Amino acid sequence: MRAVVTVIGKDRTGIIYNVSKILAENEVNIEDISQTVMHDFFTMIMLVDMKNMSVDFGVLKAALEEIGNTIGMSIRIQHEDLFNAMHTI
Amino acid sequence: MAMFKDVLETVRMIEKERLDIRTITMGISLLDCIDSSGAKSRQKIYDKITHLAENLVKEGERIENELGIPIVNKRISVTPISLIAGSSDDLNYVEYAKILDAAAATVGINFIGGFSALVPKGFTKGDRILIDSIPEALATTNCVCSSVNLGSSKAGINMDAVKRLGEVIKETAYLTRDADSIGCAKFVAFANAVEDNPFMAGAFHGVGEAESVLNVGVSGPGVVKRALEKAQDASFGEMAEIIKKTAFKITRAGHLVGTTVAERLNVPFGILDLSLAPTPEIGDSVARILEEMGLQHCGTHGTTAALAMLNDAVKKGGIMASTSVGGFSGAFIPVSEDEGMIEAVECGALTFDKLEAMTSVCSVGIDMVAIPGDTPASTISGILADEAAIGVINNKTTGVRVIPVYGKDVGDTAEFGGLLGRAPIMAVNKNDCSVFINRGGQIPAPIHSFKN
Repeated sequence: MRAVVTVIGKDRTGIIYNVSKILAENEVNIEDISQTVMHDFFTMIMLVDMKNMSVDFGVLKAALEEIGNTIGMSIRIQHEDLFNAMHTI
Repeated sequence: MAMFKDVLETVRMIEKERLDIRTITMGISLLDCIDSSGAKSRQKIYDKITHLAENLVKEGERIENELGIPIVNKRISVTPISLIAGSSDDLNYVEYAKILDAAAATVGINFIGGFSALVPKGFTKGDRILIDSIPEALATTNCVCSSVNLGSSKAGINMDAVKRLGEVIKETAYLTRDADSIGCAKFVAFANAVEDNPFMAGAFHGVGEAESVLNVGVSGPGVVKRALEKAQDASFGEMAEIIKKTAFKITRAGHLVGTTVAERLNVPFGILDLSLAPTPEIGDSVARILEEMGLQHCGTHGTTAALAMLNDAVKKGGIMASTSVGGFSGAFIPVSEDEGMIEAVECGALTFDKLEAMTSVCSVGIDMVAIPGDTPASTISGILADEAAIGVINNKTTGVRVIPVYGKDVGDTAEFGGLLGRAPIMAVNKNDCSVFINRGGQIPAPIHSFKN
């Protein structure tokens, strides 16, 4: 099962480090990363594989939101299905 | 993986434009709860609902969490109670409403629909008792919603029901006078009622439906408005295209949620109702979509055409996105639940008569409209008859949810709170129609009903 992690906020150092640390700690594998910085505004989208995830989805989601609050970014994790359903025929 | 911009578009729709799943509604057949003893029947009803819907809220919240899209309401619809209670000796069905309320509280949902009767061509004993029980049932329960189907394109309009329901609405308003007659907000009178509608207050589980199904109602007026904002110079054809594409995406999200919840609850997925359902929140208004098309205020000349185009484009986009589209599937225009509608009424742009015209081209009808508390029952019946006529002649569903707010008049506002919002009292025509309403009998089925 795969999910999409979206990280949005003002650019600063250590964003990828902080997010990927949480993912690694919970055995979530990053398959793809796209990111862009426009006018100091950082946007990153990660495609992650949760096949071997060591915690419940809700726990991972809470952990990502918590680190988001700490570093001042909005971090969401959503199942990949939603995006595929809405944007592909 | 979906493209970068697609992911961001979805996130923006949810975070900024209030894209949500308005309701997941579990339809439950109560036909096997019929019993000659009312008490036994009610026990079976309670047991069946609380058993089948035990995990509805839990699974709904789990999927909300996983997909990151809000599911605002979790609800239940049941077989019209007049059919279930009719075989008992009870002379009043308020206890049935109370058991539905208790079951709703146990499973943690906010509305349960189906305190209903289907009388387009006449009444059974159970229909009459149920209709007489509506005012007290709505005044003594919290979550129960009631509806009556009083006409159809196949049968015509039951004018005896029209007359009686005018009185029922007045009685309900009186019994709930301490809360701005809120009981009336939980009652809809339909023509051509649909049996798989997931939206309240008119949801019930039709007799042609399966044992149990899961229906979904999506929403997203804010998403459509935002899409049109980006196309200021678009022609009508281009606007229709934008609305279609947006409706497609919204519907796909709803279809995914519906099929996933149904699978996890181990019930069949029923239908997806792709109606644009507004809320009183800023940025979640159907009226504002119409204004975005170039109307100074909703209600001015051009409004009916704008709504017709919106409604049609939403259907076309949605139909492509799901094979299970049903329910109403169009645009809702409830006054109290739409901040743009409220403003249009308050500034005098939107009148009752214009609303009636708008109902001939979109889903449902005169919805959540507060009228003066001293409006005679016969005038309310006249409103019901007009809406039913629009539905019956045009082969579409129409409904009326009016609230004659006890003790209030034009210039006052009724406050319902929450999703039901607030409603400025709208003027109705003061001329009498009681002689017409008192004639009784049936308005015959229209000529186009003879299709066999």
